[in-house]
Parts: sequence; structure tokens; C-alpha cells
Amino acid sequence: MDHIPILQMGRFLLVSIQVDMHDRQAMTLQDDLTDRIAKTGARGVLIDISALELVDSFIGRIIGTIAAMARVLDAETVVVGMRPAVAITLVELGMELPGIRTALNVERGMTLLTVATGETGREAADAGVED
Amino acid sequence: MPVLKTDTLPIRTDGDVVLVRQAVRNLAVELKFGLVDQTKIVTAASELARNTLDYGGGGSVRLEVIEDGLKRGLRLTFEDTGPGIADIQQAMKDGFTSGKGMGLGLGGAKRLTHEFSIHSEVGVGTRVMVTRWK
Ligand SMILES: Nc1ncnc2c1ncn2[C@@H]1O[C@H](COP(=O)(O)OP(=O)(O)OP(=O)(O)O)[C@@H](O)[C@H]1O
Ligand SMILES: [Mg+2]
Repeated sequence: MDHIPILQMGRFLLVSIQVDMHDRQAMTLQDDLTDRIAKTGARGVLIDISALELVDSFIGRIIGTIAAMARVLDAETVVVGMRPAVAITLVELGMELPGIRTALNVERGMTLLTVATGETGREAADAGVED
Repeated sequence: MPVLKTDTLPIRTDGDVVLVRQAVRNLAVELKFGLVDQTKIVTAASELARNTLDYGGGGSVRLEVIEDGLKRGLRLTFEDTGPGIADIQQAMKDGFTSGKGMGLGLGGAKRLTHEFSIHSEVGVGTRVMVTRWK
């Protein structure tokens, strides 16, 4: 089974979901991300769903769980790029994503994470180099 | 009601659920559904297919393009021979789940489609039929 790749940028983790995930794949992503946050001490997680043509109750629940786990591990989560048709459908489905920050695109999401955590996604932060 | 096209797909694995989503999307595009309408019927299909798999122990879905006078629609019939639902009213309620879901699938599928019917018999199985018109 293909794992969804997780990229590290400084103290942020980036995930871009590019495929229509089956349920096991989504659960694996949840586990992989939690592991990586714990291992790297990441302060922020950015999940790009701009390629997703649908978010149903299962994927919604996974995103909510990721955000909750991240919070426990002292990391902020931001979901970016939700398509308008997906957002409209989610509301009708009855799924709000409570407590989840959203942003229009990756750039704004990074800004949001930077402000929320006081960290930057730059490599320098990784090496602990001060300006 | 004339049926213009029909296809049946198995729902045995979570990979099948993905295939059902794709098949419903393709038909919705063929029917020239708008993007929001496509997303709604595909999301409803995803919810019902997962129920068929997780609670019904697997089953199938029949996809039909139907015509009623001037309008065309997509009708999806999910069927399983699982344990059935004892209390349908309770199952339909938002927030009710016997598993670890959100309890949004059935109520959500109803809101996302124009016609919704459910028939279930304990020990025999469950059939859920939804239609979305163009
Ligand atoms: N095909 C089925 N066979 C047997 N029971 C079913 C079936 N479909 C639904 N149910 C029952 O109805 C309940 C409600 O279903 P619904 O899809 O609304 O919520 P859920 O699947 O529990 O959670 P969610 O869909 O939000 O992940 C289920 O928990 C289950 O008990
Ligand atoms: Mg469900």
C-alpha cells in the first residue's frame, strides 16, 4: 500500500494528498503523521487537500483526529485548499471540522502556522541557527 | 421509469469503495451534473458504500441513469445481506453510530440527494436507494 508522503520544512510537516485515498491509506496517514510529529518535535502540520474531489465523514474524521493528536503533541494543524464544492457538500453532510484552522492556499497556511507557533518553516530553524 | 443505462459494482474492500466513487463521478459527468452536484452524489455514494462494507459485511451497488419526462438522474441502489438495522429511525439520526463513526452517513446521504429510501430487515439485509436529478 502506498504511503502518502510527509515532507519536513524546518519545524513544520507538510502533507499534500494527491490521490483518492482508500480508508486504510487514510488511517495509515494518521498514524504516520502522529509518529513524525512525536519524532521530530514538529510545531506545525499543514495538510493540502486542494487535489481532493471529496471529503466524506471518514476523511473528515481522520483530519479531525490528526488535528487533535497534533494538539496533544503541541503542534498546530492547518488544512489548506479545500475546493468550494467540497466545502458546500461538507456542510450539507453535517460535518463541521471543529477546531480546525483552514486557509485558502499553502502560502497563507504557512503564514498562519508561523504566526500561531512563532516558528518558521525554514531549515535554519531546524539547525537551531539564530539570526 | 425508463432506465437508460445500468451497471452493478461489488463492494467487498475499501478499494471497491474508491471504485464506486469513481464510477459515480463518471456517470455524473456524463449527465453533465455541475461540480457541486457531482460532489454531492459522489459523497453520498461514498457514505453508503462504506456502510455496505462496514456494517453490511459487503454487498453491491447498482448504478442507473434514469429518465423521467424531460429530466435525467442518477439512481444508486446499495444492497447487502448483512445483519440489517433494527431501528431505522435511530440509525437515520445524525450522531447515532453503532461503530466509531460520526453517525452522519445516512442522514448526510439523504440531505445530499433528492430521493432517499431505506429498507432493512434484521437478519436479512439492507437496501438503500438514492436518486439525484440533474
Ligand atoms: N448497511 C447497513 N447494515 C447494517 N447496519 C447499518 C447499515 N448502514 C448503517 N447501519 C447502521 O446505522 C448506523 C448509522 O449509520 P451512519 O452511516 O449514519 O453512521 P456511521 O456509519 O455509524 O458513521 P459515519 O457514516 O458518520 O462514519 C450505523 O452505525 C449502523 O449501526
Ligand atoms: Mg456511515
